[in-house]
Amino acid sequence: MPDDIAIEADVLIVGGGGAGMFAAVAAARNGARVLLLDKNVVGRGGATIMAQMTCASALGEAEPDSPRLHLEDTLSAGRGLCNENLAALLCDGSPKRIRELAGWNVNWARSADGKINQVKAPGHSRKRCVYVDFLSTGAAICAALRNKTSRDPNVRRLSNVTVTDLVVRDGEIAGAVGIDVPTSAAVKIKCNAVILCTGGMTKMFRRTTASNNLAGEGIGLALRGGARIIDIEFLQFYPNGHLAPRMVGLDPTTWEPTRVKLGGRLLDGNGEEFLHRYGEADGGSYDTARDILTYAIYKEVEAGRGSPHGGVYLSFQHIGAQKLKDALGPVIEIFERNNIDLTRQPVEIFPIAHYQMGGVEVDTDMASTVPGLFAAGEIAGGANGANRLSGNALPEAVVFGERAGETAARYAARHKTTRWDDKAAQPHVDLVRQVAGRNGGDGASPGRLMDELKTLMWSKVGAFRDASALAAACARIRAMREADLDDVRIAPEQNFNSSLVEWFELRNGLLAAEAVATGALAREESRGAHQRNDFPTSDDKFLANQRLWLDRGAFASSFQRVHA
Amino acid sequence: MASAQDHPCKTARLRIWRGTDRDQGRYDEYDVAFEDGDSVLDGLVRIRLKDDPSLAVRFSCFNANVCRECTMLIDGKVEYACIAKLQPRLIQLDPLPNLPIVRDLVTDTLSRKERF
Repeated sequence: MPDDIAIEADVLIVGGGGAGMFAAVAAARNGARVLLLDKNVVGRGGATIMAQMTCASALGEAEPDSPRLHLEDTLSAGRGLCNENLAALLCDGSPKRIRELAGWNVNWARSADGKINQVKAPGHSRKRCVYVDFLSTGAAICAALRNKTSRDPNVRRLSNVTVTDLVVRDGEIAGAVGIDVPTSAAVKIKCNAVILCTGGMTKMFRRTTASNNLAGEGIGLALRGGARIIDIEFLQFYPNGHLAPRMVGLDPTTWEPTRVKLGGRLLDGNGEEFLHRYGEADGGSYDTARDILTYAIYKEVEAGRGSPHGGVYLSFQHIGAQKLKDALGPVIEIFERNNIDLTRQPVEIFPIAHYQMGGVEVDTDMASTVPGLFAAGEIAGGANGANRLSGNALPEAVVFGERAGETAARYAARHKTTRWDDKAAQPHVDLVRQVAGRNGGDGASPGRLMDELKTLMWSKVGAFRDASALAAACARIRAMREADLDDVRIAPEQNFNSSLVEWFELRNGLLAAEAVATGALAREESRGAHQRNDFPTSDDKFLANQRLWLDRGAFASSFQRVHA
Repeated sequence: MASAQDHPCKTARLRIWRGTDRDQGRYDEYDVAFEDGDSVLDGLVRIRLKDDPSLAVRFSCFNANVCRECTMLIDGKVEYACIAKLQPRLIQLDPLPNLPIVRDLVTDTLSRKERF
């Protein structure tokens, strides 16, 4: 094994997506020395860069609007479970951050008079969503933030470093331990505050829009560090996920922005419109909320009216070739490379795991229940309740990232004395070395175990759930984390050993997976993105937020009424 | 639900450079089942899952062509593995030239200041 690496900072940020990079900029401008780590490449991995279009911001450029109206729509989409203070922070903060990004050369699409274009996405009462053409909103935000963080002398960026444990001493953050992926060296990081910006966990589902790195590790890190998580059972299944024909070079979410721009008709396997069967309007407009649309598509397939690959059809055949070209620009060429001609054929779609509404419980300083531990972006729970409004993920990343950077920098300045203790860190360092040496035996690879987990989560903890499937999932996941994980065989190579990284991904990710199944089993109702076949309606008794935490290695749960 | 894993119908043979030193590498060959439209990256992920978890390959966005991390030489040309399509024939994969090798298909593409 190579020698350990020791580094230090005031504020450590784990995850270099939109939230992490914005947090780095904000922490540095509030006087902190910042270390920004990413398991992959800073500014290249994560979810923000995948975001194609909608970013909600009450700028009022297309029509009169206000953060208050944006908040009303957010709370309505959240089906009663939003933390209103966090949702208000998101809506109030979005215009400032969007204009700040414009100053950093994010080229928001504009009309001829120079005003920023704003379009209406499902669930919004106003034309509110800004975007960058063509379908490159997230990529443009990431490019600006990569540029910003790389020029800041107070931000040190390190790519290919994964964090495996938080070091907590006397209940407070003292640092973290991780692995330098290209060399497999253990990394010890002394710091006064940590911001988790590791995104969501939807990689753990068979059908997913997630990057390969979104395995819920931040949830596992936070839980083992003593933090509470909130409403983790709510995972958004994006209704318009690409299903067939096979398409590469483009995110499977691509039909959502296409529908927001152009409309598009949903048809069952017989070529007939079906939304009216669920109380929604047929036709080319796109107004149906995500949770309702997901429900309708599942029910059509269940009723035997699905398309050949087990989804429904989405057709743009009524839209002219020129209009398609104007709206989609070079994206049309990507369709062509995949032999998809939208003027001649529909595509098949089916819901796909997309976004984690719940997460680490934070206050409006983005502070968790563990002093010194902060969370921002998708991993922060509360703002989105039971169902996220379309377009709220990007403002959540940049607004919460900025907020966490500022508050963590202030916290670190107030807690200058290091709490680092080599003795507290040593068990975490030892584990890295010990797991790297598990090269014998005939156990499965970590990739195989993750593959099993993806099938399990999709089939038993997916968009429609029931008690027996959830209980079976809980039992299997617990066995994976308490037994199977110890028998996994790690490849012996030292350089860029992905199987070592994947083992730690599973160790933390399995906790996140078990949390979802545990939380979903306890919530005996259907609400927003959490749908129970055995409890098909919402129940006022569960107009409550569910908190989970680890108590001697097992999950504990508690519901608290909203506004109580 | 149908997917490539469920209904592979064709076979590609991937000839992959392995090693940590350009002068002492070797080629390993793997047969990969695929359906029309699957990417070279799909094939590499299947090899890591089914045949050899030690194979080193860099990617994060998985077939969306936004992270731009999966560049390599495919039959001698610089391409993204996530948009190059599998074909029912022998395809040779090498690490990018003129960059330090980390291992197998992973080269050190990172900015110097982003490393220790």
